Amino acid sequence: MERLSFDLAASSLSDMNRFLHRDLADGDRRHVSVLNPDGAHNIAVGLNHPVTVEVHGHAGYYAAGMNKHATVVIHGSAGTGVAENMMSGTVHVKGFASNGAGATAHGGLLVIDGDAGLRCGISLKGGDIVVGGSVGSFSGFMAQAGRMVICGNAGDALGDSLYEAVIYIRGTAKSLGADAQFEDMTDADYAALAELLSKAGLDHDPKSFRRIASARSLYHWNADADQEY
Amino acid sequence: MCGIVGLLVKTPALKERLGELMVPMLIGMTERGPDSAGLAVFADPLAEGSRKLSLYSGLTDEGADFNWHGLTHALKDHLDVEAIIDVKNNHAVLSFAVAPDMIKRWLREHHPKLHILSTGRTIDLYKDVGTPAEVAERYDFKSMKGSHLVGHTRMATESAVTPDRAHPFTAGEDFCLVHNGSLSNPNDIRRKLQPHGIHFDTDNDTEAACRFLEWRLREGDELEAALQRGFDEMDGFYTFLMGTPDKLALIRDPFACKPAVVAETDDYVAIASEFRSLAHLPGVKHAHVFEPAPEEMYVWNA
Repeated sequence: MERLSFDLAASSLSDMNRFLHRDLADGDRRHVSVLNPDGAHNIAVGLNHPVTVEVHGHAGYYAAGMNKHATVVIHGSAGTGVAENMMSGTVHVKGFASNGAGATAHGGLLVIDGDAGLRCGISLKGGDIVVGGSVGSFSGFMAQAGRMVICGNAGDALGDSLYEAVIYIRGTAKSLGADAQFEDMTDADYAALAELLSKAGLDHDPKSFRRIASARSLYHWNADADQEY
Repeated sequence: MCGIVGLLVKTPALKERLGELMVPMLIGMTERGPDSAGLAVFADPLAEGSRKLSLYSGLTDEGADFNWHGLTHALKDHLDVEAIIDVKNNHAVLSFAVAPDMIKRWLREHHPKLHILSTGRTIDLYKDVGTPAEVAERYDFKSMKGSHLVGHTRMATESAVTPDRAHPFTAGEDFCLVHNGSLSNPNDIRRKLQPHGIHFDTDNDTEAACRFLEWRLREGDELEAALQRGFDEMDGFYTFLMGTPDKLALIRDPFACKPAVVAETDDYVAIASEFRSLAHLPGVKHAHVFEPAPEEMYVWNA
């Protein structure tokens, strides 16, 4: 298989992204290396082919945003909004990720080996996120569909105003958000979790996780809530 | 939006290269802050009874042609003070061996448009409108030496684009602060401070935070205690980086709305809004790189 390399210290990010958008044939499975990313924004955004892009260093904002079909591996940390609005494919951050990781992802799998910042998986719409470390506050806020696996701990207001997304947490949450509740794990949960952990290359025992989902009490307007008269 | 940079060298030899290492950090934050830039450098302190003032003449009628040497002559004639002046364009550092209040009073009386940027034994301060590259070139930032520094690139949101509203802000002696974000209660803070006789130079929200924290330090709080008071009092979005004669300190608001990343090696601690300002630093590929957590205090000793 042909291997390609872009050194961002020597050539422009736009040239690389243009190549990835325009010069690949349908079903292109080539392997692309990105050298000296040096925190640049928008690395490998909007991919639409089953290529593999390996980023050797730290990525800036929105790396692998809107990803479709591609596998993007970041051998370093990722800035705000990694894999934001991903549609399919896989994004793997070997270091830590900043705020808003995997926000609004419709599909695909985001794996973060280290910690994720605040608002991880906010408004998740069907994608899967596995975080090897801990997540910051307000993670999973208004998540509608998809699954989030947290191997460490979570900050405040985990899963606030959840819809039908499910969160599995191994450690503790500083607090749960409105309408989020711990629920019993079912065999289907254990099977789903085992599959996600395996895809992420993690060997935690699924039995060590707890399930958080929506109590669905915010689904309908309650005119009597907090009324004192 | 704004950009923040900070650098503290642990290896004494790197003190000579402080400015040279920092300039690419500052220029790397141009997209976050293209309208103004500034820098506070902390170096070996002057003798116990000496002080220095960083002065800005850009708002005077003479601008960059200000007669700085005439100023030292006048101080000799009027106050019998021997002052040394180090001029860089429309900035100058004025050093003397008397109490600074007398000099500052004289300056306000005789040169009311001359802006006093900082006072202390260790701090030199430069700030102006222009891109970070232009400001760095104007004051030869690359030649700056010292143990640590605090820099800022500004994209104004809360007050006008003028040299005195650029960051860093200072208060008291040898204390400075830069800010990425916007406070929602700066006027509350001002109203709390004004009865204590605290005067404000501008309408900028960051100045309120700077004067609040310096007031707490002057009232006897340790830095950590002052920052805790800051968390309780200040509302809004902020990443603050502060400099004192022997410390750099960083805090982020509870929502971590504004970014920050730290790279630490055996030789230095480097702080920036984004990693792209750290990528050029020597040995950064093997540095411990991390994102400071919200509502935590990070303090590094020089």
